[in-house]
Amino acid sequence: MPENMLSKIDYCLHLADNALILCHKNAAWCGHAPSPELDIALTNISLDLIGQARNFYQYAATLINENNAKGDSVTDDHLAFLRDVNEFKNCLLTEIPNGDWGQTMLRQFLFSNYQYFLFQQLINSKDEQIAAIAEKSIKETTYHLRWSSEWVIRLGDGTPESHSRMVHAVQELWPYTGELFLPADYEMDCLKSGIGADLELLKKDWWNKTHEIFSEATLSIPGKSFVQDGGKYGKHTENMIPLLTELQYMQRAYPGCEW
Amino acid sequence: MQVNALFLYTQRFDMETDAIEKIFQQKIDEEIKIEPKDWMPEKYRQTLIRQISQHAHSEIVGMLPEGGWIKYAPTLKRKAILIAKVQDEAGHGLYLYSAAETLGIDYLTMMEQLVSGKAKYSSIFNYPSLSWADMGAIGWLVDGAAILNQVMLCRTSYGPYARAMVRICKEESFHQRQGFDILYTLSQGTDEQKAMCQDAINRWWWPSLMMFGPKDEASTHSDQSMNWKIKRKSNDELRGQFVNMIAEQVKVLGMTLPDPDLKWNEEKNSYDFGEINWDEFWNVVKGNGPCNKQRIEARRKAHEGGTWVREAALAYADKKKNKSKAA
Ligand SMILES: [Fe+2]
Ligand SMILES: [Fe+2]
Repeated sequence: MPENMLSKIDYCLHLADNALILCHKNAAWCGHAPSPELDIALTNISLDLIGQARNFYQYAATLINENNAKGDSVTDDHLAFLRDVNEFKNCLLTEIPNGDWGQTMLRQFLFSNYQYFLFQQLINSKDEQIAAIAEKSIKETTYHLRWSSEWVIRLGDGTPESHSRMVHAVQELWPYTGELFLPADYEMDCLKSGIGADLELLKKDWWNKTHEIFSEATLSIPGKSFVQDGGKYGKHTENMIPLLTELQYMQRAYPGCEW
Repeated sequence: MQVNALFLYTQRFDMETDAIEKIFQQKIDEEIKIEPKDWMPEKYRQTLIRQISQHAHSEIVGMLPEGGWIKYAPTLKRKAILIAKVQDEAGHGLYLYSAAETLGIDYLTMMEQLVSGKAKYSSIFNYPSLSWADMGAIGWLVDGAAILNQVMLCRTSYGPYARAMVRICKEESFHQRQGFDILYTLSQGTDEQKAMCQDAINRWWWPSLMMFGPKDEASTHSDQSMNWKIKRKSNDELRGQFVNMIAEQVKVLGMTLPDPDLKWNEEKNSYDFGEINWDEFWNVVKGNGPCNKQRIEARRKAHEGGTWVREAALAYADKKKNKSKAA
């Protein structure tokens, strides 16, 4: 398989894994959110994310199958349920525990902010399929960003308790934001070939928006902190083990079945 | 003299209530919906508050046995469908809480009644979900039983309740089809999958028959509810309808229902079926089912754990209002 094809597949898997893992984490709130309205709103985001994940996995599966002479074909479900932890390429931010509602809202904001500017760039991708998925996803992501921004502001500038909880959430999550903008080799390859996003540019947009929302939320951005990374290369936090144990339970326990 | 006046006054009042109550019953008999601003007997209001809030709680507690399986769903497609299904139930809860609010009770009061264990909800959700096949059995049997009740309630006499039901019924029939589809796929699968399918049916069958409530002769609220057309079919009528439907559909799955007495009765033109274990029924109603404690505890955690979020939202809204006033 040509080198740039491998990079494209990894890139799609990375985008799919991000969406699937965050969907899986968010969905744990289903039935447990602070009110039925919030339950429905966050579950909507989970649904959008699993839709994005399926689109990127399906495209990755098509590329893998087209470039595999041996002929064992893979599906989106193989990619989601039968890869090992070191093959997952999601950013660490997506796999961090839900914490309280505030931490989940902040994680969603930090990630949706990233996805929003990412898809803004990817709608101009030279790869038609990636551009089409980005186009489809941008509308829902715009909504995710708006909704999660509102919650970060509300909780940051709400009561003293909610404020201090948000300060804590910022401390918990901030070390995982740097990784979003550290390009993996497959991201650099895809940028070179005009199909991927420029993370330097993305970082500026993300940073401006984060500043705007944090200041409205009366939250301060931490000074320089150590960047935790590795997720894009399959080096994850320990959170991934129980997560994949749940996610892949059925496919591992009953291999080769139709569901 | 004052006593006399009071006597006359109350007598007149009684007569007026009688007349007004007659008009109320007439409206019901003529199938005119009762609306929130209309006069209604206090007992009618209380019965509806109890029933609608129980119904709303059932939707919300009902999210738990299925919600717990979202993380295990075996394919991306099934995961997406299950997420959407459980989300629908939250929506049903919301419609119903708002219908109950039109009768003068608020959401927080109802929620507190639920988490304190004072309010009831459908006992079916106090049974555990133990395999993927349970997602099928719940959709097919539990949503299936709920639909029969809810289709009847689309014609209930209280307007907001009836309208909520019309919206809900559309989604419920989709739930039942999805549930059946899960079981059908299992029934066409490996021996292990077939066994999983049969096991789920065995566990959910009797509890789903219990969903229709006590036998007609033992049901305390039924008569008045029928007169007021809150209920329009008796528990046993609905239960019989359900058995007739499911006993046929189970054949398509190539599975069986766990009842040796289940037999087609030509004369009655419906199925005969075995006796429900009423001791078990009352035990679960009284709070001793396998998951009563866990379900209430999960709702309590969600509600109380969310207090700071709701308070912050209110505080922020206040700040905004004051700011815009000052501006
Ligand atoms: Fe429902
Ligand atoms: Fe349902």
